[in-house]
Amino acid sequence: MAEKDTIISPRNPPPGAAISTATSATSRSANSAKNKETRSRKLSRKAMLTINFGSVAAGLILWAILAATGLVGLPGPLEVLARGGELLADGTLAEDTGASLLRVLSGFLLGSALAVPVGFLMGWYHVGRAIIEPWVQFFRTIPPLALLPLVMVTMGIGETPKIFVIFLAAFLSCVISTYQGVVSVDNTLINAARVLGANNYVIFMRVVVPASSPFILVGMRIGLGAGWATVVAAELLAAPNGLGMRMQQAQQFYDMPTILVNVIVIGILGLLMDRLLLMIEAHLTRWQERR
Amino acid sequence: MTSTNSQAMIRFENLRQEFTLTGTTFTALDGVNLDIADGEFVTVVGPSGCGKSTMLNAAAGLLQPTGGQVLVDDRPVQGPSPRTGVIFQQYALFPWLTVRKNVEFGLELKKVPARERTAIVDHYLELVGLTRFAEALPKELSGGMKQRCAIARAYAVNPEILLMDEPFGALDALTRVHMQEQLLETWSKERRTVMFVTHDVDESVFLASRVIVMAARPGRIYKEIKVDLPYPRTEEMRLSEEFAKLRSEVWAAVYHQPGVAEAHQ
Repeated sequence: MAEKDTIISPRNPPPGAAISTATSATSRSANSAKNKETRSRKLSRKAMLTINFGSVAAGLILWAILAATGLVGLPGPLEVLARGGELLADGTLAEDTGASLLRVLSGFLLGSALAVPVGFLMGWYHVGRAIIEPWVQFFRTIPPLALLPLVMVTMGIGETPKIFVIFLAAFLSCVISTYQGVVSVDNTLINAARVLGANNYVIFMRVVVPASSPFILVGMRIGLGAGWATVVAAELLAAPNGLGMRMQQAQQFYDMPTILVNVIVIGILGLLMDRLLLMIEAHLTRWQERR
Repeated sequence: MTSTNSQAMIRFENLRQEFTLTGTTFTALDGVNLDIADGEFVTVVGPSGCGKSTMLNAAAGLLQPTGGQVLVDDRPVQGPSPRTGVIFQQYALFPWLTVRKNVEFGLELKKVPARERTAIVDHYLELVGLTRFAEALPKELSGGMKQRCAIARAYAVNPEILLMDEPFGALDALTRVHMQEQLLETWSKERRTVMFVTHDVDESVFLASRVIVMAARPGRIYKEIKVDLPYPRTEEMRLSEEFAKLRSEVWAAVYHQPGVAEAHQ
């Protein structure tokens, strides 16, 4: 190994000195590993999963008991499961899920796609910040759903207003986060790139973008959550299909199992999408020091 | 304190630097004149607030001087340049790049062909003893290893000057001693003009052939102390009488200069 030629390295201390230095350097690098150990000693992954499943099972049993006693007018889990099977069999569930997902994903993708450049513009150029910030801050205080009546009047009752409202929800949460990310890029890193010969374009692409990626991904997660919350409510108002619309329809027939099937599907899908983004985030930002 | 040297690699000419903080302007540096010769290793030491880092940043082109100028190789510094490598106290490694990619960063910007890049990176990783950690991410390294990676990164673009801003300030005392020796080792193999800013008196004497002691308020050069110990510097030299004498001379210049007592109240 090339190490051999190095006169002084942690594994090859200078004669008569710094032996303790070498050990200190090695123990320091082992520090992070030690930290992980202590954390994982708390609970193993397997134990966590077991407890997770136990908790869910206990919740389901509690629900079944509550439903059986008739204390609350809820259908039991089995009844809901049966209804879910029916809805799946006649294709309604798939259609509704597909319609809702399509709206969320189009709104979310459009919103994030616009939020990232706008957030960079705000963070990088003071003029850009001065122009955009008041608008973003203003619209941020309005729940996107509150704009739905207005949007429906101007855009009609088709897909456009729903996607637009979701787009707005996703955009607003992602743009703030991206902007924060750009503003908080460590100045030393920018200087380090500059003294290595980087111009503004290189600094932007190779320092600012990667350094703010953790912020962008957090913004996207919040945006996806906001979009998902918005779609259901938007469908409650007016839609030909979708999970929210189906609940609204079932409500009129006092069809409790159908409402619950949709509630559960919304929850599961939201959870799955969040996990997926979390996995992407963990992969893209694995270089980060985590405390 | 002007030493006229026609071969000066770095020349500070009447450098003046003012900063405005919350409306009040204060003078960080006033009338700094200094020549650093080609291949010389100079340390700058002084109390906090004496403007030693400001001086380094001006030489790096990261600051526009309020007055006077810094010349590198007889040309005024206009901005950062790969000819002047900088090593920061906070390492400033790109955390999303591996050790290898960090060292390669400046070479890619210089459009060095890939094969040549690999050879250069390998060479400097070996020089600082990080060959085994080429594919590691900065977060997996200890403080000393991070700084060695930063040194390799600065060396890789082949600068004429290395400006080091308290590079070992965040390390524990033992690692610091070890890093000082390794730095001199690297420097003796690949000699560059070095300006090394520190607040550690021992470090300033051990590394340099000349110690510049600064005074604060306003930041200015207070004293210049020649270190006549030969290179390579050894562990024995650290314990020698001559070293002790130089250390107390620098110590006295740093801590018993007029105005230090008020500055620390």
